[in-house]
Amino acid sequence: MYQIALKMLLANRGKYLGMVLSLAFTSLIMTQQPAVFASILTRTYGLIDDIAIADIWVMDPQAQSVEESKAMPDTRLSLVRSVSGVEWAVPLHKGSLKVRLPDGNTVGCGLIGVDDVSLVGAPGVMRSSSMADLRMSDAVAVDAEGAANRLAVRTERGMRPLGVGDALEVNDRRAVVVGVADATPTFQSQPMLYTTYSRVKLFNKSERKVMSFVLVKAQPGQDHRGLAARIASETGLTALTADDFRARTLQHFIKRTAIIMHFGTTILMSFCIGAVVTGLMFHNFTQDALRHFGVLKAMGADDRTLLLMILSQALLVAGTGFGLGVGMAMIMGNLPGDPMGMRLSPLILAVGGGAVLSITLVSAALSIRQVLRLEPAIVFKQ
Amino acid sequence: MVCAGLEKRYGEGATAVHALRGVDLTVQRGELLMLVGPSGCGKTTLISVMAGILDPTDGTCRILGQDMTALASRPRAAFRARNIGFVFQAYNLNPALTAAENVSVPLRICGAPVREAMRRAEAALDLVGLGDKTESAPGDLSGGQQQRVAIARALVHEPQLIVCDEPTSALDHANGQRVMELLRRVGTVDGRALVIVTHDARIFDFSDRIAELDDGRVTRVGTPGAARHSPGPSSAT
Ligand SMILES: Nc1ncnc2c1ncn2[C@@H]1O[C@H](COP(=O)(O)OP(=O)(O)OP(=O)(O)O)[C@@H](O)[C@H]1O
Ligand SMILES: [Mg+2]
Repeated sequence: MYQIALKMLLANRGKYLGMVLSLAFTSLIMTQQPAVFASILTRTYGLIDDIAIADIWVMDPQAQSVEESKAMPDTRLSLVRSVSGVEWAVPLHKGSLKVRLPDGNTVGCGLIGVDDVSLVGAPGVMRSSSMADLRMSDAVAVDAEGAANRLAVRTERGMRPLGVGDALEVNDRRAVVVGVADATPTFQSQPMLYTTYSRVKLFNKSERKVMSFVLVKAQPGQDHRGLAARIASETGLTALTADDFRARTLQHFIKRTAIIMHFGTTILMSFCIGAVVTGLMFHNFTQDALRHFGVLKAMGADDRTLLLMILSQALLVAGTGFGLGVGMAMIMGNLPGDPMGMRLSPLILAVGGGAVLSITLVSAALSIRQVLRLEPAIVFKQ
Repeated sequence: MVCAGLEKRYGEGATAVHALRGVDLTVQRGELLMLVGPSGCGKTTLISVMAGILDPTDGTCRILGQDMTALASRPRAAFRARNIGFVFQAYNLNPALTAAENVSVPLRICGAPVREAMRRAEAALDLVGLGDKTESAPGDLSGGQQQRVAIARALVHEPQLIVCDEPTSALDHANGQRVMELLRRVGTVDGRALVIVTHDARIFDFSDRIAELDDGRVTRVGTPGAARHSPGPSSAT
């Protein structure tokens, strides 16, 4: 009987396609949008994840998030180092500057300055050369994504990625690319430059203070939260464990931007459109087939059989629609040069799938009601 | 099948329609009974009650000793699935299915495996002379062929009773005759009873008995010859 039910559905090609496409659209929006949202959220704290070795981040009390720091004088570093329980503490600069490419173009870049000695904060994975090359004179590293796109160099034979050996100009100072690194893209999706802390000072001659954060490693056995509290009270700075800092960055970002509203509205609208279109079409489809359901009923098909038939029709619509939608979302997420990126987590898939399923189940329930109420005696009516 | 004191009222109060007013009728095994009468006299209502798809307001209807009115909806559906075949004026074939699939539906409702249902459906189509049309869509068949497919569907599960509402009125004379020959030939074998509602005087001769209905009552039961020569409104059409 399922086979019959599915044939009835597929024979009504227009309605079937209409329902599948509307559910595919809903599935696409309901998975792609949260996935992009998730990706944006992780970008906001990408740097915290990249510097996983730091247990505690210390910053000026006015700093809001990893994206919005406030420079501190270098003297704060020794204050932090003197707190008991600190294994080591290193400075980190996070800022931005303009870079002139070999072809003369100027591009705004993010800049990370890492401790000269330990290089803590430099990206862990270098695609070419090694991190230690940052210690060479004028050395900077660039992130691979930026090197391939915004920092790409124009030549006679078209564009090529910025690479090792290329010279840049940073605030009238020469810089040489010594490495290309993999890094989590940032929210602003700027190209990133990495160099040593002391070279940041050379690049930023006019700035008195360039220390955005102090990265702290706790001594073994130390409770990170406790140590953070101690650093805060002894230095007057804000000290947060990496987890707390990530949460605060996220919170700040969500509060400051209306981003949740934007995504939420889009998702809600696509859900409503999908629900209305699919519900109406499914109802119509059943309405058209009502006579045939009546014939089945007269011939002795019981309510349970009819219910399962309609349910199987609904599930086929849901399955193909959702599959198509998620497929499209995945294709969109993997398009080359996609600036947003997306994180299609199992949770997002489950929620999207649940939404589509609930749409079709409610539609089916309405149709089932029609069919169960049907008087089999209508079969003799002309 | 024994119907006793069947009453059927549609609606309530002043606007109620009294479609059956005490029908007593018996149909024997192996018999072809025709129900005739003027439009609106209650013929369709009566076979709907006989087939167990409509509840009478009063009275009983026993098929094979089973009182249909006493059964709950599920066992009644199961009873219909096993014992009753349907033929409609408008064929009511499912356009999404092939001829053979349409014929297999009653077997599938009874829970037969698809393979076996299809095999028996093809055999039933052979029986009605459409062995070469098993894969055809109903829409590609002529009216007469569609009605033969519908007859195969009514027979395939070897029911004890087949009810037909105006099986020939959508067909021309020649096709109507063919359909009736077929129903006569395969419809009443093995003690199966056939009840046919019709307006069509040209097919009266195929029946064993004719019951005339007027205004919800059986006014006469007789042989085909008698009905044809009676002055009743049924023979006038
Ligand atoms: N569902 C219904 N609700 C209300 N009245 C009905 C219903 N079905 C039939 N009737 C009425 O009951 C009476 C008998 O109807 P029925 O369809 O049984 O007649 P019939 O003999 O089959 O007529 P016809 O030859 O036109 O098919 C008619 O007056 C009809 O209007
Ligand atoms: Mg009628």
